[in-house]
Amino acid sequence: MTLLKHRLFWPVAALVTLVVVNVIANPNFAKVTMRDGDLYGNPVTILRESAPLMLVALGMTLVIATRGIDLSVGAVMAVSGAVSLTIIADSPDPGSLGTVTVAIVVAVLVALVLGAWNGFLVSVLGIQPIIATLVLMLAGRGVALLITGGAITTVTSAPYKFLSNGYLILLPVAFFIWVAVVAIVALVERRTALGMLTESVGINPEASRLAGVRSRGIIWAAYMVSGLLAGVAGIINASNTMAADSNNAGYLIELYAILAVVLGGTSLMGGKFSIAGTVIGVLTVTTLDKTIQFFGVPPAQSPVFFAVVVVIVVLVQSPRVHAWGRAASARMRRTPSSGEPPTGPGAASAAKKHEEVAA
Amino acid sequence: MTAVVTETPEVSTMDRVRTFAARRASVLPTLAAIAILIVLLIGAQVEFGNFLTPRNLSALLLDHAYLLVLAVGMTFVIVTGGIDLSVGSVMAFTGILGAQMLASGIPVWIVVPVMLAGGAAIGTLIGVLVQYFNVQPFIASLAGLFLGRGLAYVVSLSSIRVENPPILWLQQTRFLIGEWYITPTGIIALVVVAAGAIVMAVTRFGRTVYAIGGSEQSARLMGLSVARTKVMVYVISGLCGGLAGLLLTAYSGAGYPRYGIGTELDVIACVVIGGTLLTGGRGYVLGSMVGVFVFATITTIISFMGAEQAWTHIIVGALLLLFIVVQRAIVARSDRQT
Repeated sequence: MTLLKHRLFWPVAALVTLVVVNVIANPNFAKVTMRDGDLYGNPVTILRESAPLMLVALGMTLVIATRGIDLSVGAVMAVSGAVSLTIIADSPDPGSLGTVTVAIVVAVLVALVLGAWNGFLVSVLGIQPIIATLVLMLAGRGVALLITGGAITTVTSAPYKFLSNGYLILLPVAFFIWVAVVAIVALVERRTALGMLTESVGINPEASRLAGVRSRGIIWAAYMVSGLLAGVAGIINASNTMAADSNNAGYLIELYAILAVVLGGTSLMGGKFSIAGTVIGVLTVTTLDKTIQFFGVPPAQSPVFFAVVVVIVVLVQSPRVHAWGRAASARMRRTPSSGEPPTGPGAASAAKKHEEVAA
Repeated sequence: MTAVVTETPEVSTMDRVRTFAARRASVLPTLAAIAILIVLLIGAQVEFGNFLTPRNLSALLLDHAYLLVLAVGMTFVIVTGGIDLSVGSVMAFTGILGAQMLASGIPVWIVVPVMLAGGAAIGTLIGVLVQYFNVQPFIASLAGLFLGRGLAYVVSLSSIRVENPPILWLQQTRFLIGEWYITPTGIIALVVVAAGAIVMAVTRFGRTVYAIGGSEQSARLMGLSVARTKVMVYVISGLCGGLAGLLLTAYSGAGYPRYGIGTELDVIACVVIGGTLLTGGRGYVLGSMVGVFVFATITTIISFMGAEQAWTHIIVGALLLLFIVVQRAIVARSDRQT
């Protein structure tokens, strides 16, 4: 029963169910083969392809924890991919490690500046996060197109390609990148007071300001981290295709990232967040994407399935459905159905708290 | 502060302006949009010499008829304080659905109502999620976005040509008034704008929409039908999405599942530039029309200049930012006054 109440129980259960369904439908799904000392197979592909979404969703988790949202991540990815590939393409020696390092550093710095811009609009000017980040979401792709001159820049550069397609020890580099980033973010947020302060800002910005929390700086930093991680995601994404496609790089990724964060149990109302939950949420989204392809559905049609997932997830979190659930379980226990039980399940009471905060 | 000043007999022009600004603060952003539109049009005329021709101005309306229809629906949603991200993909879905049905020989008088109903159905889903399950409008309409886009690809993965005479008539007929011309699609868009403006301004439903945006709690305590109205605005937006699908299909002569990617952002930008407050409670359908014309003019100017179309979104993004900051200032000032 305590296991059932763990807040990661349902996200993990969803992921496990998804994997089990796949393995039953096709035993080859979980097959991992060893070739030249590297591992290949669907699970490895999922770990590798999760990288961009993982980084973006991690930043999104922090932003959502401060009661915000960052719609610009896809556009930031496009900009960072365009910047890094343009630098490499214009350099005399695209294959050298130095060029690639410069390209990556510059691209990440540009992404950081874009994140700081979002943070400025939200934390200093006090503009609603959806709208503030919408500005960059609109303009960002235009900027990326200008950087690449409207064309799809392609390059050949071994060190750059290594980021996404290379292998380190048994597993792809991209996997190690996201594991490292998750570890750093988890350490900084959970081994210092920063995580708690972020949650306090998300639960009640005014009260935390009165309590001496510098909410402006924390909110600003969250958007900067989100921009930075989106920049890294853009580099990995560009490295995967070795092309800067400003129109399609990171297209709709903000929406998938939000979905992954919500799947992981972080409420969009802000406040408590779960980094482990986000990791599971991202793996679930990537696995679902693979599953849909596995069943022979054209990738273009997969949004229908994600629409169903979004509806199910929001219904499960909705107070009204919780009330129905409580009423049903109360009837089953043959208690008078007139009054509601004083304390609902953990999730329901948490949702109530959020409502009270919002009110 | 200014009411007293106006009662004194000698009123300077400056005071009149100030009184007007204080009393009608919600019109200011729309007036600013009109000013920007005029500056853009005159600037383009001075620059190119052949911009303000009846032909070009007619095209300005007709090329963006679908955007105009979407903006009307979006205005209703945003004035209640909500947002609808699904309109672009709803438009793509109904467009390709209509093209597919026409291609398989279903008569047009069935196809058009089905297209509108398809849009309204997705709108209803969003509205019910928002109103009855307390889902944030952003997330609920995100589900609508995914659903519409996915369904569009389920109907067809590639574009389908439309050769149905009544549909093509909508675009190809040109009513000439001197040098000016208008097609049935343009007339439909203008009728939708007029209908939207009248509903918002003079009906009980319209007042309820404003009341919900001002304060949902107060609207409920006043006994207004908040639940029904909130669902209805999403149905209206979905319906407008369906109609825009019809207009776009007529305009392009085909249904294509990739139409309208990112259109929801353009529409939101147009509505905001037109002076509707994103926090709800203030805004005009006619303002949104001005917003669409600003967007259309920028697009046309950029293609006149032969510059990258990428500039469109950068400029629209900058304008959006400008208007949001202006709105913040206006709201902050009216908050101080009350």
